[in-house]
Amino acid sequence: MGAFILRRTGVMILTALCLTFVVFFLTNLFPNLEKLAKTQGNARMTDEEVVSWLDRNGYGGPLIVRYGEWLGLVPGWTREDEATGEITGRCIDFGMDPADAPTRCGLLQGDLGFSTVSDDEVGNIIGGRLLLTLKLMGWAFGVMVPAALLVGVLAGMREGSRLDRSLSTFSIASTATPEYVSGVIFIVLLASSTAGLSPLLAEWGWIEGRTLFLGSARSAMEDGITFWNFALPVTTIALYGMGYIARMTRASMAEVMTAQYIRTARLKGVSFRNIVLKHALRNALIAPFTVIMLQFPWLLTGVVIVETLFNYNGFGWTMVQAASNNDIELLLACSIVAVFVVLVTQLISDIGYVFLNPRIRIA
Amino acid sequence: MEPLTWSGSFGAFLNPLMLAAIVAFVILFLTNVVMTFAGMRSGDFEVNADGTLVYQRTPMDMVLTGMKYAVLLFVLCCIGYIIAGLTLPTIEQKGILGAMAQRLLPVWIALVVTFALSITFKRKLGLYGKLFDSPIGMAGFGLVMFWIFAAIFSGVFPLVPTHGAIDLISQMRNELPGTPLPNPDEGEYPYYLLGGDNLGRDVFSRVFFGAADVLKITPVATLFAFMVGITLGLPAGYFGGKLDTILTFIANLALAFPVILLFFLLVTPEIVAAGVPQYMSMILFLFPILFFVVLFNSRFHTDPTRRNILVGAAIAIGGVLYLSLISNPSDPDLPLLFRLWPEPFDIFDIAGNLLIVFVSVVFVNSPTVFRIVRGITLDVKTRDYVAAAQTRGEGPWYIMLWEILPNARGPLIVDFCLRIGYTTILLGTLGFFGLGVSPESPDWGSTINEGRRLLTIYPHPALPPALALMSLVLGLNLLADGLREESLKD
Repeated sequence: MGAFILRRTGVMILTALCLTFVVFFLTNLFPNLEKLAKTQGNARMTDEEVVSWLDRNGYGGPLIVRYGEWLGLVPGWTREDEATGEITGRCIDFGMDPADAPTRCGLLQGDLGFSTVSDDEVGNIIGGRLLLTLKLMGWAFGVMVPAALLVGVLAGMREGSRLDRSLSTFSIASTATPEYVSGVIFIVLLASSTAGLSPLLAEWGWIEGRTLFLGSARSAMEDGITFWNFALPVTTIALYGMGYIARMTRASMAEVMTAQYIRTARLKGVSFRNIVLKHALRNALIAPFTVIMLQFPWLLTGVVIVETLFNYNGFGWTMVQAASNNDIELLLACSIVAVFVVLVTQLISDIGYVFLNPRIRIA
Repeated sequence: MEPLTWSGSFGAFLNPLMLAAIVAFVILFLTNVVMTFAGMRSGDFEVNADGTLVYQRTPMDMVLTGMKYAVLLFVLCCIGYIIAGLTLPTIEQKGILGAMAQRLLPVWIALVVTFALSITFKRKLGLYGKLFDSPIGMAGFGLVMFWIFAAIFSGVFPLVPTHGAIDLISQMRNELPGTPLPNPDEGEYPYYLLGGDNLGRDVFSRVFFGAADVLKITPVATLFAFMVGITLGLPAGYFGGKLDTILTFIANLALAFPVILLFFLLVTPEIVAAGVPQYMSMILFLFPILFFVVLFNSRFHTDPTRRNILVGAAIAIGGVLYLSLISNPSDPDLPLLFRLWPEPFDIFDIAGNLLIVFVSVVFVNSPTVFRIVRGITLDVKTRDYVAAAQTRGEGPWYIMLWEILPNARGPLIVDFCLRIGYTTILLGTLGFFGLGVSPESPDWGSTINEGRRLLTIYPHPALPPALALMSLVLGLNLLADGLREESLKD
């Protein structure tokens, strides 16, 4: 088991290095740097001025060395201005004595760089945004997983029954409704003051405000989460992921219900309720565990869509902003987080599968 | 002129009927749920002493029968709307629903013909015919065919849309469904059936032009993803070893890359200027040619003349298409490499953004296809007929492409249907973030993106494309489900 985890972690680190290098390469292509130079320096720079600006600000060296600097494996660049004798460098903050500055500053030292658009340390921005997204994802997962497991188990316990057919159709419909469709439908139906249910309910005096739910989650960031402002984003995310987990649970449950030991239990006269709850359920939940862990990367896309749709300034929103504003360091940090989430969930799903399933033993 | 009503003159009769069907269904469904929790069951057959069977009806059965009839009534009402739309003489009498049904007349005819032919000859049509044994598969097939015909009758023969995709009338900005045009020209359709969007374009027409756009891109992109996945997945599963390790690692890399980040990176103007999507298309589009060359070569290498003709044709046709596809000599912004192909031979150009969308969608889908094909190959290569082919001395590529691949077609066809749906969703995601084909493109994702800004005040521009996308993907998923069920019965 130890060797397995070690090997998996090794592959994971290699994958992370490759992926971050790809992102680093794409964000540090010359046209990107040129745009950065022109926005930071002067919009009317000539080509030579752009090159010299880039050289002065540490974007000049070979790509692989700059990647090493960003990782923190290679000492950060320093440069002495010939005219003034002033020393600038990657690790030398404004107003810092060059002698005190560390030689390396990068990912490994916990220094993610500086966001050129927000004018703040990337670490500060990412931290707060991630917390907001974590709340959203936590709620979404809390709704999605139990609901999906319930639907899947109910559908799979009597394969082919009417209950199975209706729940399966529901799961298929939910996988066919991406977030930007269900979000739009929910907003129109429940959060619009001119259409859907809200005007009707307001007229009857059943709700106090003008709408049943709030179509924007902006207030959830400042005033705290309430059912009123957070129900729609959470449902929107949960609905799309739910169908897939439910279908996997159903398939797994249906397979377990045809197993020999279930038949034995039934012939012994165990009640159906006990068969489902005590004999089938635990074995049926092994396969969905993997699926649930692998849903995290999917959820990431969903989070980006929902945060954009509901104006919630979390991690996904930050990523969209960073990508469209050419904010290189912030985008790199976002991609690190995204890649990290994907890889860690893959690792957990592999290890968890081995732990949960007694039939698999890895030497 | 007065704005149109939703259901026109026949609504007075059909609307209450439809409402009654819905209310009855909801009430009966709730009763059913309550009765299930109360422990009631459907009736059972009982054998009488004289050998006859008696079915004991319980209240549960009556509720279920009631639900069935409510659904039937609902469907009949829907057909009623269509027939009324086709038969009533004026647009005012037809109403919005009827007028839409009337515009869709070619689609209805095509659908009826397809279903009639397919059901008549279903025993001779193999797996496709078996689809008509499963109600779910049939529903899915109907939805998919509806959108395919709608796309054909909008994109190829513009019979369905009432106005142009980018014709705008500024007085019609954000107008509600059924609003008449301020001063229609002779022969112009006098209403915006589903209202106008924020620029004053007709929502109804744009949804159907969007269908043509979406259905032009997604099946082709999915096909390319399959060719890439198959060309790499077969050898990875068949040969195993180092090749498998390397290819699987690369596929896992691509899968671990967050889709949304990839899209944003690829679509950024600076990255496009550096030619990254072009280089990717250079690699990705090589695979289909490779696929066909290997396919023909492995089959006909014992018959050199035929082999030479087929392989030569594949290289010539594929090569010209490939070079015209990746290069665009008239675009001075591209790197030199993509401007070398002479202008007269450049049959077609793909607008920059379309190529990028295409490349990103293929790139995202092919690793998953690779994994599926690799898994199936690992399973199929242990079969006896593969061993027999190996004993005959067939080459590895012949075995992969002519023994393993045809036997893997079942799961691949099912996955193809599902994947077109997924590709549609991806394309919509791109459009939703404003990264789509072009800013004016009527594709559904872009239209939803435009409509969402004023969503709480004017919901009508965003809702139709959203429902359209949902119904197409739902149809594809149901179709895949039906195909899977029917192919498992063999």
